[in-house]
Amino acid sequence: MLANGTTKIASKLAPTINDRHLLRIYDSAPFKSCEKPMTNVYIVGQRVSKLAAAEKATGRSKYIQDVTLPGMLHGKILYSKYPHARIVNIDTSRAKKLQGVRVVLTGEDIPAIRMGVYKDNPPLKAGKVRSYRDEVAAVAATDPAIAEEALNLIEVTYEALPAVFDPETAMQKDAPLVHEAHKTNILKMPWKLHYGDVDAARKEAAHIVEDRFSATWVTHCCLGTSGSIADFDYDNHLTVYSNTQIPSLAQKDFLGTVKALGLKNRRVRVVKPCIGGAFGSKLDTYAYEHVAILLAFHARKPVRILFDRKEEFIATSTRQPAIMDIAQGCDENGKLLFRDITMILDNGAYTSWGATTPSVMMMPISTLYRVPNVRYQASCVYTNNTYAQAMRGYGNPQATFAIESSIDMLARAAGIDPVEFRRINANQPSEVSPQGFRITTCGLTECIDRVAHEIGADDVKKKGEGIGYASLIHVGGGARVYKSDGCGTLMKINDYGKVDVFTGATDMGQGADTVIAQLVAEELGLHIDDIHVIHTDTDVCPWDVGAHASRTTFIAGNSALGAAKKLKEQIVKIASQTLDVDPQQIELNDRMAIFREDTEKNIDLGKLLRKTHFSPGGNMLMAEYFYDPDNENLGRDFKGNLSMTYTFGTHGARVKVDEETGKVEILNYVAAHDVGRAINPMLLEGQVYGGVMMGIGYALTEQVQLEKGEIMNPNFRDYKVLTAKDTVPIEAPILETTDPDGPYGAKGIGEPGCVPTAPAIANAIYDAVGVRIKDLPITPERVLAALKRKKGIDSCGIDPLTEKEYDCT
Amino acid sequence: MSRQISFDLNGNETSLEIEDHWTLLYLLREKLGLTGTKEGCGSGECGACTVIVDGAAINTCLYLAVEVEGKTVLTIEGLASPNGDLHPMQKSFIENGGIQCGYCSPGMILSATALLEENAAPDDDEIKHAIAGNICRCTGYVQIIDAIKRTSQPETEKVKVVAWQSDTGNK
Repeated sequence: MLANGTTKIASKLAPTINDRHLLRIYDSAPFKSCEKPMTNVYIVGQRVSKLAAAEKATGRSKYIQDVTLPGMLHGKILYSKYPHARIVNIDTSRAKKLQGVRVVLTGEDIPAIRMGVYKDNPPLKAGKVRSYRDEVAAVAATDPAIAEEALNLIEVTYEALPAVFDPETAMQKDAPLVHEAHKTNILKMPWKLHYGDVDAARKEAAHIVEDRFSATWVTHCCLGTSGSIADFDYDNHLTVYSNTQIPSLAQKDFLGTVKALGLKNRRVRVVKPCIGGAFGSKLDTYAYEHVAILLAFHARKPVRILFDRKEEFIATSTRQPAIMDIAQGCDENGKLLFRDITMILDNGAYTSWGATTPSVMMMPISTLYRVPNVRYQASCVYTNNTYAQAMRGYGNPQATFAIESSIDMLARAAGIDPVEFRRINANQPSEVSPQGFRITTCGLTECIDRVAHEIGADDVKKKGEGIGYASLIHVGGGARVYKSDGCGTLMKINDYGKVDVFTGATDMGQGADTVIAQLVAEELGLHIDDIHVIHTDTDVCPWDVGAHASRTTFIAGNSALGAAKKLKEQIVKIASQTLDVDPQQIELNDRMAIFREDTEKNIDLGKLLRKTHFSPGGNMLMAEYFYDPDNENLGRDFKGNLSMTYTFGTHGARVKVDEETGKVEILNYVAAHDVGRAINPMLLEGQVYGGVMMGIGYALTEQVQLEKGEIMNPNFRDYKVLTAKDTVPIEAPILETTDPDGPYGAKGIGEPGCVPTAPAIANAIYDAVGVRIKDLPITPERVLAALKRKKGIDSCGIDPLTEKEYDCT
Repeated sequence: MSRQISFDLNGNETSLEIEDHWTLLYLLREKLGLTGTKEGCGSGECGACTVIVDGAAINTCLYLAVEVEGKTVLTIEGLASPNGDLHPMQKSFIENGGIQCGYCSPGMILSATALLEENAAPDDDEIKHAIAGNICRCTGYVQIIDAIKRTSQPETEKVKVVAWQSDTGNK
């Protein structure tokens, strides 16, 4: 039913079609009525179940843990016992003699292979180790237990070196060097964005706030742990079965390792089993994948390496920790005048995509609200800690925590209601931000209003209760971080009108396969179960840059649509020839080619296709399309239109703070997003709910605890991911702005759910009890300590988590 | 030491020789090929390896295989009818978005099924309590709890909120 109580039938043909639901149902939003019906659609906009859901619900899906190959060996990795040490000697002789052991490798035995964006990370370390996570040796054996036993027989002699765990200390001149050849611990990646005149704006500002915020290590906690199988055939062509979000780039990385082994002109095939969660963790190739290749090469047998949970915590990468100094100012009317931000990021001992998160942080820094003057500088610093990688939001959650906490402080300093303050500065459609982002559609103001309404901004708050808000901007139309932001699609239709879609996209549970099937079914007038999406094998799937940047619905969706349109053209052409009518008059609908003027002529699609196939000079229909969006790499000045479109949203939290214990209870949470168009509202809401809960964990409970570089809580007992008992009431209103470039108007929504969660909660806590927590996670200890400080008790002391001293002021 | 055990596995009488130290998880996955039972942590913290033994949901990673002697074991492979019809809980998870990556799904579905066997009409808190030992990183549990609720209360009204539209686009 529509808001006005009427039902809109999407097409004249509708009553004749039984099993394709036609009604789009809208809630009774008080802000916008549904005056403008969209183009008539059937499957787009429906709550279609995830394609592989039945396989998963019955335990049939095969994850890397479930894949075995004949003769497969089991690989294990030996990690460093020191955070920073010289490797004096490795004795593998006893391990090699153990029955069942086939290969033992150390860093001395392998060719020069370097992983990561900065090429500073060999899969097995030689000479020295730089973190507890460093891989020093690897074993392949006939049984996992034998491989484990062999690791225990490897004797490594270390000479401990002075180590550095704090990035600010690491930046000092006399700090121990993590990579001597690099000469400094500061990475030579000068992240600097500067426009306008910040100093002049600062002088002009009526209100200024300035503070330091910090975010710590958290990790993905995919339920399915990491793993990989490497298998060379007789001619040394390689197949790698791996959990990866970047099949095409992983293929390139693995090819590099194959080449380093002296093998020329070899093929690499990457097969993705079902992925047990990713969230950015699989956006790079890791040591274990390359080690599996090296072991398999030497063993002449397939080798599988599987992580257990402890290894998953210790040897996969975290979100990038950040120390963030931020100053913002506004005029007396609450108009933002400037942002001045400096960040120090703990890179850890090696460099993966975590080091490039400042490029994404620039997006909220320059374009979350209208900011005429911005200065931003970030340094990534080597330490002897675990190294950081991509994680859902890719720097945006850290930056948005600082920005939106600070916005709240500034609104209060200016004496303006936080909702009104955000409204005053909200981005608008069709504007270009000073960083060069061309905003097309933008429903930020409406998201703000919607959240304020739903969270009950005007309701009376009980003692200890508070409401907080935070907004977000994220790339919603791809992000050109690599040379190409493209995705390819191949498509064929068989004699019965069933379509195989070979896409570069990766489904890791988010529903990429389903969304692609919906788009293709919509375009070709087919049913959802006529579409088979193949996304698991680089031998048959075209190139794609990877499942990152919330780009898959937009990019892979547009790519699939491009191919479907080409296929449709061919179908319409043969239909017009067969029916002898003008192609303009033909529609594809409900598995038929339909001729409106004379419905007697309508022809079943399968029949039409068989006729074409089995006639003399027969033809079968196929189509391909490569979609690379018209977005831009950031230039040397870090300006450019990174994405085709941007996703906006606002979150609101109503919390209750117990002043006796410091415990924060979330009473209600509203997360409104401008998604362009919801292709599948059920899957979309799943992304938002999951993101919000991940964000609440980031805000309140999660932290990888490092003690002098060693992870102290590598298990689910001590690392606090939220359970069902921690769920809170979440509303996830969806705003549709119908983006002109998105597939059926859609924008990306994979990451936004966890972006503004922490600041919304921090702002609600301030609203409730008047204390501003600037460090994540916001534990009861921190809240209690802040409450005590506010009351003048213990006015100087030690932060319970960082063990750093407060100022005694 | 090895010994012979007999038990009912998904409706089939099963007799085999096992080693005393094997966990039920090891027996199911590595010896019987029932890989629908997942290992998520190996220490009873995540619930991915949940199966139902004599009506109760248990973590197979902490449960010795010898313990199933004479008992009835239901794994995810045995939940649907032999004719392939899905169990209402599986159906509800599929239809209500309770499954994303799916790694927690077998254990989650079995925990929920065991709950409904014991308590046909659980309230929200009882549902949350029953699956508190099953970690899911993808869904935020919202649609899982919804799916369980709909299995126990099939008459629950379908979700109606889809989207509200804006005229701010396309300018």
